[in-house]
Amino acid sequence: MELDAHLLARIQFAFTVSFHIIFPAFTIGLASYLAVLEGLWLKTKDDAYLTVYKFWLTIFAVAFAMGVVSGIVMSYQFGTNWGPFAEKTGPVLGPLLAYEVLTAFFLEAGFLGVMLFGLNRVGPKLHFTATLLVAIGTLISAFWILSANSWMHTPAGYLIEDGRYVPGDWLEIIFNPSFPYRFTHMVLAAYLTTAFVVGAVGAWHLLKNKANKPARLMFAMAVMMAAVVAPLQLFVGDMHGLNTQEHQPMKVAAMEGHFETQEGAPLILFGLPDLEEAETKYAVGVPKLGSLILAHDPNGEVTGLDAFPREDWPNVPLVFWCFRIMVGVGMLMIAFGLAGVVNALRKKLFEARWHHYWALAMGPLGFVAILAGWFVTEVGRQPYVVYGLMRTSEAASPIGAPGVAGSLLGFFIVYLIVFSAGVFYILRLMRRTPGADPEKPLKEGPLRPSHLADEILDQGETGAGAEHA
Amino acid sequence: MLDLPTIWAGLICIALLAYVVLDGFDLGVGILFPLGRNKDERDVMMNSVAPVWDGNETWLVLGGGGLFAAFPLAYSVLLTAFYAPVIAMLLALILRGVAFEFRFRTERARKYWDWAFIGGSTAAAFFQGVMIGAFVQGVAVEDGAYGGGWFDWLSPFSLLCGVGLVAGYALLGASWLVIKTEGEIQARMRALQLPLGAAVILLIGLVSTGTIFENEWVRERWFNLGSYVFLWIIPIFTAALAGAFFLAVRAKKEVTPFLLTLGLFGMSFAGLAASLSPYMIPPAITYYEAANPDSSLAFMLVGALILLPVILGYTGYAYWIFRGKVKVGEGYH
Repeated sequence: MELDAHLLARIQFAFTVSFHIIFPAFTIGLASYLAVLEGLWLKTKDDAYLTVYKFWLTIFAVAFAMGVVSGIVMSYQFGTNWGPFAEKTGPVLGPLLAYEVLTAFFLEAGFLGVMLFGLNRVGPKLHFTATLLVAIGTLISAFWILSANSWMHTPAGYLIEDGRYVPGDWLEIIFNPSFPYRFTHMVLAAYLTTAFVVGAVGAWHLLKNKANKPARLMFAMAVMMAAVVAPLQLFVGDMHGLNTQEHQPMKVAAMEGHFETQEGAPLILFGLPDLEEAETKYAVGVPKLGSLILAHDPNGEVTGLDAFPREDWPNVPLVFWCFRIMVGVGMLMIAFGLAGVVNALRKKLFEARWHHYWALAMGPLGFVAILAGWFVTEVGRQPYVVYGLMRTSEAASPIGAPGVAGSLLGFFIVYLIVFSAGVFYILRLMRRTPGADPEKPLKEGPLRPSHLADEILDQGETGAGAEHA
Repeated sequence: MLDLPTIWAGLICIALLAYVVLDGFDLGVGILFPLGRNKDERDVMMNSVAPVWDGNETWLVLGGGGLFAAFPLAYSVLLTAFYAPVIAMLLALILRGVAFEFRFRTERARKYWDWAFIGGSTAAAFFQGVMIGAFVQGVAVEDGAYGGGWFDWLSPFSLLCGVGLVAGYALLGASWLVIKTEGEIQARMRALQLPLGAAVILLIGLVSTGTIFENEWVRERWFNLGSYVFLWIIPIFTAALAGAFFLAVRAKKEVTPFLLTLGLFGMSFAGLAASLSPYMIPPAITYYEAANPDSSLAFMLVGALILLPVILGYTGYAYWIFRGKVKVGEGYH
C-alpha cells in the first residue's frame, strides 16, 4: 500500500512536470524571438517583422497562460506530496525558488499585460522594453529553477544539521557543479525547440505560397538558428555529459548501456539493456569509441553499472532509450540546419519543397527531445531525489494511495482537456496566413494583440496618443 | 523582538494578504461572471482584469514559495493536511486561468470556457476559504509530519469560511467592476454592493465568533482584558469601515467602496493573525519552530527588501497604464 502511494506520487509529479515543461520551454524561446522581432521592427521599420511579431504574440499568450497555471501546481506540489523532501531541503532549495518568484515571475507577469494589451497605451519603445523584460524574466526563471534542480543532482555548499540540509555557502549552492552545463543546455534546447516550431509554421505557409514574405522571414530565421545552435548544442551537450560522468558516473553508465566496467569500452549505438541479466543484449557499437569520448583515451577505463550496488541502479532501459531519442533528434536538427545552409548558398532556401516538408515533420521534435532529455537526467538520478543524499522513497508525504490516485485522476482529466484545447487553438492560430487578411480570424473571436498592433501601425512611429509615466 | 523569523512571518502574511485582495477581485469578477448578460458585457468584465490577473496570482506563488523558503515545516505539514482542498483549488485555478485566453479563441466552445471561468473562480475561492477555516481549527502534527485524517479539514465551520470567502471575493469583484465599467453593468454591480456587503459583514461576524470560540486560548486572549486589550481596536475599526462602506455605497461613490472593502479584508486578516499568532500550525507549532535557519532567512531578506519595492513599483505602473473604464466593444485596449 505504502509503495503504491509512493509510486502514484512519482507518476503524478512526472506527469505534471512533463506537462508543465513543454510550455516554459516554448515560451522561453518565443519570448526571446519576439524581442528580436520587435527590436528589428523598430530598427528597420520593416512591417514584415511586426506582422511576424503579431502572429506569434497571440500564440505566446496562449502558451504562456498554460505555463503559468501548470506552474502554480509545481510550486505547491513539493508540499502536498513531497513534504519530508520540502522540509529537509527547504533551507537550501526554498530560497532559490523564492528568488525565482521575486526576480522572474513578478517581472514576467507585470509586463506580460503591457506586452499583450498595451501597445497603443505606451507606444512602441516602451512596449519593446516590456517585451524585452518578459524575455529576460523567462531566462532569469530558468536560471533559478535549473540551479535548484542541478543542486538535486550535484549538491554542494550545504551542511547537515538535525537531519536537514542547511546552507553553508550560497555561491557554491547556486553555482553547483552541474548548473552551468544544465542551464546552458536547457536554454539552447528551448531556443532550438522554438526555432523548429517557427520553422515548421514558416514552411507550412511557404508550401502554400512561397512568395509570402513573413513566412520567408520565419523560415529563414529558423534555419539560421538551427544551423548555428544545433551544432553548438552538440558541443554543450557533450560537456554536460562529461560533467555528469564526473559527478554521476552511474547515470552515464545507464545512458551508455555499460553494465561492466571495462577498458577500451565501445560506444553502443543500439541494443537492449536487460536489467535481469545485467547486460546490453544485441549491442551494436563502435569499439573503443566509448572510452575515447568519456575518458579521452581509446583504451581508458569506463565505469560500468557493476561498480555500484544493485539497489542504487536507475531504470537503465528507460535512461538508455530516452538518451538515444534525444541525441537522434539532435542529429536530425544538425542535418536540417546544414541542408538549410546549403540551400541558402544555392539561393534555393524558399524553393526546396523537400526541405519545407522536412521542416514540417521536425516541428514537434524539439519537445520530444526536451522531454526525453529530462527523463534521462531525472530517471537517471533515481533512486535518489537528492543525489547520494536522500532517496526518493524517504521524500514522500504520508498520503494514502486513494488520495494520490484521486488527485492524479483529477490532474489527468483537467490537463487532458486543457492540453487538447490549447494545442487545438494554437494550431489554429498557426494556420492563419501571416500578414494576409488580418480581419479574417475575427470570426473565431477577437485576436486582440494583432488587433492592437494594427492600430499601432495606423498610428505610425510617432506613438501618437501614447502616455508616459 | 524583530528577529528574522518574525520578519519573515510578517512578510508571508503580507504576501498572503496581497494575494487575497488582488486575486480576490479578479476571482470575484469570475464569480459574478454569470451576471454579464451577453458577450459584450462578459468581454468587458473579463477585460477589466485580463492585463493584471497573472500578476495578482503571482502573489499566491510567492505565498507558497515563501512558505517553502522560510517555514518548510509549515509548508509541508499544512499542504499535506489540506491535500484535497489544495488540489481542488489548483485544478480550479487552471481551468479559470486558461479561460482568459481560450474563450477568445473560439466561438463554438466559448460558453464552456465561460463556465470554466465561473466554476473555476468560485471553486478556487471556496476552497481557499475552507482552508482558512481548517487552519483556524487546528492541524494535528505527529513527529514533524501531518498526523490527522483525510477529511479533518471538513467541518461546518470550514464550509462557512468557504462561503464567506466566496461572498467576500464577490464583493471585491463587484466593487472593482463599479470602478472599471459604466452604464448597465455598473448599475447592476452597484445594486449588488449593499446586499453583498451586508452578507459579508454578517459572515465576518460569524467567522470571528467561531474563531474565538473554537479555541480556549484564543478566547482568553480576547477576553483577558490585560495586555491584549489593544486588540479590540480591530473589531472597532472593522465596524467603522463597515459603516463607512454603506455610506459610500449610498452616496454612489466609485472608488471608495472598493478601498473600504480592501480595508475590511485587511481587518479580518489582522484579526486572524492577532488570534493565532505566534502559531504557524495551530495549535502546536509556532513560526519559530517552523522557521529555516537564519542563514537561509537572511539570504532571502536581502533580496526581498530590494526587490519587493521594485515589484510594487512596476506592478503599480502596470495598473496605472490600464486605468480608466473598460468600454463595450473596445476589446483589449
